[in-house]
Amino acid sequence: MTTHYLVLSALLFAIGAIGVLVRRNAIVVFMCVELMLNACNLAFVTFARQHGNLDGQIIAFFVMVVAAAEVVVGLAIIVTMFRTRRSASVDDANLLKN
Amino acid sequence: MQPAEIITETGGVIGASWLMIALPAVGAAILLLFGRLTDRWGHLLGTAMSLASFAVAVLAFVELLGFDEAERRRQVMLYDFLPAGSFHVEMGLLIDPLSISFALLITGVGSLIHIYSIGYMAHDEKRRKFFAYLNLFVAAMLVLVLADNYLGLYIGWEGVGLASYLLIGFWQHKPSAATAAKKAFVVNRVGDFGLALGIFTIFTTFGTVAYKDVLANAGAAEQVTLTVIGLLLLLGACGKSAQLPLQSWLLDAMEGPTPVSALIHAATMVTAGVYLITRSGAIYEGAPTAQLVVTIVGAATLIAGAIIGCAKDDIKKALAGSTMSQIGYMVLAAGLGPIGYAFAIAHLIAHGFFKAAMFLGAGSVMHAMNDEVDMRRYGGLRTVMPITFATFGLGYLAIIGIPPLSGWFTKDSIIEAAMHVSPVLGWVAVIGAGITGFYMSRVMFMTFFGEKRWASDAHPHESPKVMTWPLILLSVGSVLGGGLLIAGGTFAEFLRPAVGAPEEPLAFHPVSVPGIVTIVLVLAGAAYAWTKYAKSPVPEVAPRGSFLTTFARRDLYGDALNESLFMRPGQWLTRLAVFFDNRGVDGIVNGLAAAIGGTSGRLRRIQTGFVRSYALSVFLGAAAVVGALLAVGSF
Amino acid sequence: MPWLSTLMAVPAVGAVAVAAVPKRNETLAKQLTFAVSLVVLALAAVMAAQFNPGGDRLQFTETYSWIPSFGIHFALGVDGVALVLILLSALLVPIVVLASWNEAAGTPEAPAKRSVKTYFALILVLEAMMIGVFAATDVFLFYVFFEAMLIPMYFMIGSYGGAQRSYAAVKFLLYSLLGGLLMLVAVIGLYVIAGKNTFLHTELIGAITDPGVQRWLFLGFFIAFAIKAPLVPFHTWLPDSAAQAPAGAAVLLVGVLDKVGTYGMLRFCLELFPDASRFFTPLVITLAVIGIIYGAIVAIGQTDIKRLIAYTSISHFGFIAMGVFAMTTTAGAGATLYMVNHGFATGALFLVAGFLIQRRGSQYISDYGGVQKVTPVLAGSFLFACLAGTAVPGLATFVSEFTVLIGTFQNRTYLVAAVIATFGVVLSAIYMLWLYQRVAGGPPSEGVKSLGELNGREKWVMAPLIAVILALGVYPKPLFDVINPSVTQTLSIAGVTQDPEPTLNVAVQRGAGQ
Repeated sequence: MTTHYLVLSALLFAIGAIGVLVRRNAIVVFMCVELMLNACNLAFVTFARQHGNLDGQIIAFFVMVVAAAEVVVGLAIIVTMFRTRRSASVDDANLLKN
Repeated sequence: MQPAEIITETGGVIGASWLMIALPAVGAAILLLFGRLTDRWGHLLGTAMSLASFAVAVLAFVELLGFDEAERRRQVMLYDFLPAGSFHVEMGLLIDPLSISFALLITGVGSLIHIYSIGYMAHDEKRRKFFAYLNLFVAAMLVLVLADNYLGLYIGWEGVGLASYLLIGFWQHKPSAATAAKKAFVVNRVGDFGLALGIFTIFTTFGTVAYKDVLANAGAAEQVTLTVIGLLLLLGACGKSAQLPLQSWLLDAMEGPTPVSALIHAATMVTAGVYLITRSGAIYEGAPTAQLVVTIVGAATLIAGAIIGCAKDDIKKALAGSTMSQIGYMVLAAGLGPIGYAFAIAHLIAHGFFKAAMFLGAGSVMHAMNDEVDMRRYGGLRTVMPITFATFGLGYLAIIGIPPLSGWFTKDSIIEAAMHVSPVLGWVAVIGAGITGFYMSRVMFMTFFGEKRWASDAHPHESPKVMTWPLILLSVGSVLGGGLLIAGGTFAEFLRPAVGAPEEPLAFHPVSVPGIVTIVLVLAGAAYAWTKYAKSPVPEVAPRGSFLTTFARRDLYGDALNESLFMRPGQWLTRLAVFFDNRGVDGIVNGLAAAIGGTSGRLRRIQTGFVRSYALSVFLGAAAVVGALLAVGSF
Repeated sequence: MPWLSTLMAVPAVGAVAVAAVPKRNETLAKQLTFAVSLVVLALAAVMAAQFNPGGDRLQFTETYSWIPSFGIHFALGVDGVALVLILLSALLVPIVVLASWNEAAGTPEAPAKRSVKTYFALILVLEAMMIGVFAATDVFLFYVFFEAMLIPMYFMIGSYGGAQRSYAAVKFLLYSLLGGLLMLVAVIGLYVIAGKNTFLHTELIGAITDPGVQRWLFLGFFIAFAIKAPLVPFHTWLPDSAAQAPAGAAVLLVGVLDKVGTYGMLRFCLELFPDASRFFTPLVITLAVIGIIYGAIVAIGQTDIKRLIAYTSISHFGFIAMGVFAMTTTAGAGATLYMVNHGFATGALFLVAGFLIQRRGSQYISDYGGVQKVTPVLAGSFLFACLAGTAVPGLATFVSEFTVLIGTFQNRTYLVAAVIATFGVVLSAIYMLWLYQRVAGGPPSEGVKSLGELNGREKWVMAPLIAVILALGVYPKPLFDVINPSVTQTLSIAGVTQDPEPTLNVAVQRGAGQ
C-alpha cells in the first residue's frame, strides 16, 4: 500500500524536476517546483500514516506555508520581470550576468 | 731602530690640535650653510681659516720639538666615536713627526693656494663655494693624516675623495668635468675597497684599529696575514695616489680648476698613499712580499707617468703625468723600508713645493691665455710673464734635479736607497730621472721659449700680486726645501721616532756614480728637448707621431683597457640584470598572476546565466549526494 | 604613564579628528596632522629620554588581556632596537607631512581618487600602526599590526599614486598578504606546538625545541619578512610601489614599513628559532649578498629616478639582512643602526627626488640635466642625499655600513660574503653619482631651465634630515649605547655569547659588547 503512494510521489517529483530543467516559461517552471514540493508532502504524509505519528503531517503543513510564501514572492518577481521585459522566459533573466 | 712609544697628551697646543681640523671644517660649514650671504667675504673667511689652521700646526710643531726625541709621539684622545658591539673605536689624534710634517705641508701649501685662488677664481660666480670645498678638503686631509687609528684614516681618506670629487666637478655644467669627477670617485672607491678590507683584516687580527696597538704588535702577527694586509692597503694607496693599475683618473682630474690640481692632485691628496705605506711601516716590514710589490708598483708607475708626460700637449696633463711619476718615486722609496721612509717623505714635501709652484704657474699662464691649455698655442712667454717664468723655472730646475735645488737632494737620495736595496730598482729610478729631464724641459721650452704661437685674441699679461706672491714663496721652498731636509740627515733624524730608522742610515753623497749618471741623463734629455722644442718650430697641430707617441698620448691605453675590461662588460651586465629583473623575476610573478587570471576566466564560462543549467547542477548534485548515501548505506 | 599606548592613541585619535574636518578646509586638515605628528614626536623624545639602556630588557611594558581564551594579550614594550625604530618613525612622519603638503592632490595626469584630508588621516593611522608593530610584544598582536599596516599604505598608493597606481597597489597588497598568511600559519603553529596557551613573545622564547619544527616555523616567519624587507628574489613589488607611490608615502614605505621585515628577523626569527636561524644562516647570507650586488647592478641600469632609488634600497636591505644574520654583536648593532640611518638617507633621497619630479613633471632621468646650474640649493640637497646613499664618511650611513661589513668580516665563516658585499661600495658610488651627474651635471636641458628653487617649506623638510644624518655620522654613540645591550641579548638568546676573538689578542680597551 505504502509503496504505491511512494511510487506516485516519486513520479510526481520526477515530472516536476524534468519540468524545471526543460521548460523556459517562468510560470511553468514555478508550477513544476510546486509539483516537486507536493510530491515531498505526499511522501511525508505517507510515512506519517505508516508510522502512526503526526511528525510527517506537521512538516507537510510547514512545507505548504513556506510554499505559499514562496509563491507570493516568486510570482511577484515573475510579474515584475514580465512587465519590464515583456517575457516570462527564464533565459531572458540575465541581469546578474556581466 | 724601532719607532718610539706613543704617549697620551692632554694639554698644550698639541692637546688643542683638533682645532687644526675644526677651523677649516667650520669654515666650510659656514660657507655652505649661509650660501649667498657669504658671497662677498667667503673667500677671505676660507683663507683665514686655512691660515689659522697653519698657525696651530706651526705651534704644535714647535711644542713637539720641545720634547725629547723619545717623547715625540703624542696621542690626543677626543671622544668615544664608534662603540658597536666588539668593534670599539675611540677617536683621537696622533701628533708625531710624520703627521706634523704632513700637517705643515697641507696647511702651509694649502694656505698659499687659498691665497692664489682669491685671484684665480675672482671672476667665477661660485667662488664662495670653491673656498668652502677647499676648506672641506683641508679638514678631511688633516683627519686623514692626524687620526690615531685606521678608521679615522679611512674617514679622511674618503673625505678627501669627496672633496676631490666636488672640486674636479666644480664646473658641473661641463659634461667632461662631471664625468671626470665621477670617474675619480669611482676609481678611488676601488682603492677604498682594498683599504676597507685591509682595515677589516687588521681588526680581525689585532682586535683593534688604533695605531698604538696595531703597529706595536705587528711583529707578532703571521707573515701571511701581514702580506694580505699590506697588499690590501697598497690597493688603497694605488687608488688615492694614482699608481698603476688605478692611475687612470688622475689625468682626467685635470678638468678641475688649476688651484685644485695644484693642491689636491699634486701636492697633498695624491700623496696620501705614501703616507699610508709609511705609517703602516711596521706591517710592511713583516711582509717582504708586500714590500716588493710596493716597490714594483712604484717603479712601474714612475716610468709610466714619465712616458705619459712626454706626449701630452695639454700643460696640465703633462704635469699630471709628472705627478704620477714623482709619486712613483715616493712609493718606491716607501717600499724600501726604514731606509727609504725619510727620503719618501722628504721627496713628498719637496715635490709639494715645486709641483705646486709649477701647477700654479701653469694656472697663471692659462689665466693669461684665456684658459688655453694646449702648449702648442704657447711659446715665448718668458718676456711677458717674467715672475711666472722665473718661479716656474725654479720649480722646473728642482724637479729635474739640478744641484743644489731640492729635487736633486731628495730624488738622488731615493735613487741611492734603491741602489742599496736592489740595483734593478735603482737603475729604473735613474732612467726615470732621465725621462723627467726630457719631458719637463719640453713643457718648459714649449711654454716659455721659442716662437709665439698664441691664438689671435690672446693678450698675455703677468698675473696680479695675489697670485704671484704664492708662486714666489713656493719657488723659494722648491729651491731650499731639499737641502734643508736632506743635508746632514736632519729630517731623517726628526722622523726617526715616528717611522724608525735603519741600522746604518744612508749618508747623502753629493758625488756618486748613479748621481753623475743621473745628471748626465737629465742634461741629455733637456738638450734633446731644447733642439726639438726651442730651436726648431713647434707645429700647432700635433704630428701623428710614432706608435710610442700614440701609446703615451692615450695614457698607455689605460682607459681603453678599463673600458674593454670593466666598463663594456659592466654595461652589458647591467642591461642583462635589468632585463632579467623585469622579464625573469618579475616575469614569473606577473606570469603567475596572468595564469591565475586566465584560469578564472575559463572557469567563469561555466556560469552561463541560464537558470536551467544551474537547476541541472543542483539536481545532479542532489542525485550525487543521494547516490553516495545509498552507496554508504549498502555497505 | 602608559607611554606606548599613548604614543599609539595620539595619532589614532588625530586621524579621526583629521577625517572629521570638513572637506573644503584642506589647510586645517594639514595643519592638524602636522601638529599631531609633532606631539607624537615630542612624546617619543620624552619617552626615549627616560629609557635606561642598562635597565630591564623591555621597558615601558603594558599588558592587557585581549582574547583570554587564546591567551592573546595587548602587550607592549620596547627594547633598544624597537625604541630607535619608533623614534625613526616619529621623526619621519612630521617631515613626510610637511613634504606632502601639496602632493596629496595628485598630478594632472593622475589626479587623486580621494580627498586630501583622507591622505593625511591615513598617514596618522599608519603612524599609529608603525609604532604598534615595533612596540608589540605579543606575537599575535604583532601579526595584527603587521597586516593592518597594509591597509592605509594600500590606499595611499592606490588612490594618490601615479599613472600605474592600481597595478602597483594590488601588487604590493598581494605580495604582502602572501607573506602575511604564511606568517599567520607559522604564528598559529607556534601557538599550538608550544602549547603554552599564550602568544607573549617573552614566554615563547625557547618554547620550540625540535629543530625540524623550528625550521618550518622559521620559514613561515622568514618569508614574510623577506618579502617585507624585500630580499632578492621577493623584491619586485618594491620598485613598482615606490615608483607609483607619492614621494611621502614612498618614504614611509621604504623608510619604516620595510624595516618591520628586518626588525622581525632580528626579533622573531633569531629569538624564537635560534637553531633554525643558525641552520638557515648560509642561505640568508647568500640571498643578502646577492641582493647587495644584484640590487646595485639593476639600480645602475634604471631610467626612472624613483625606481632607481627603490633598487638602491634593495641593495641596502641586503646589507641589513647580512648584518642581522652575521651573528656578531658588531654586525647586529650595525644592522640595527643601518635600519635607522637608511630611513633617513632614503627618506632624503625620495623627498628630494619628489621635489624634482613635482617641478619637472617627469620621473625619467633623461628628462633632466644641468639642474645644478638652475637650482643650486635643490641640487645641493640632492647631492647630499646621493652621498648619504653611497655612505660617505661623516654621514650616518657610513657608520652603519662600515660596522655591518666589519662585523660580518669578523665572523670568519662569512669572510667571502663580506668581501663581495664590500664591493657594493664601489657599485653604490656608480649608481648614486651617475644619477647625480645625469640629473644635475652638464648644461641645463630645455625643460629644466624654468625649474624653481626650493621654497621655505621644502627647505624645512630637508634641514632636519640633513642635520640628523650629519649628527649621527659624527657622533653615533648615543644610539649605539641604546642598541648594543639589546643586540647582545638577542644574540645570546640565539646562542651567540661572544664575538670571534681576534687572532692576536691585543689586550686593549674593549667595547660594550663584552
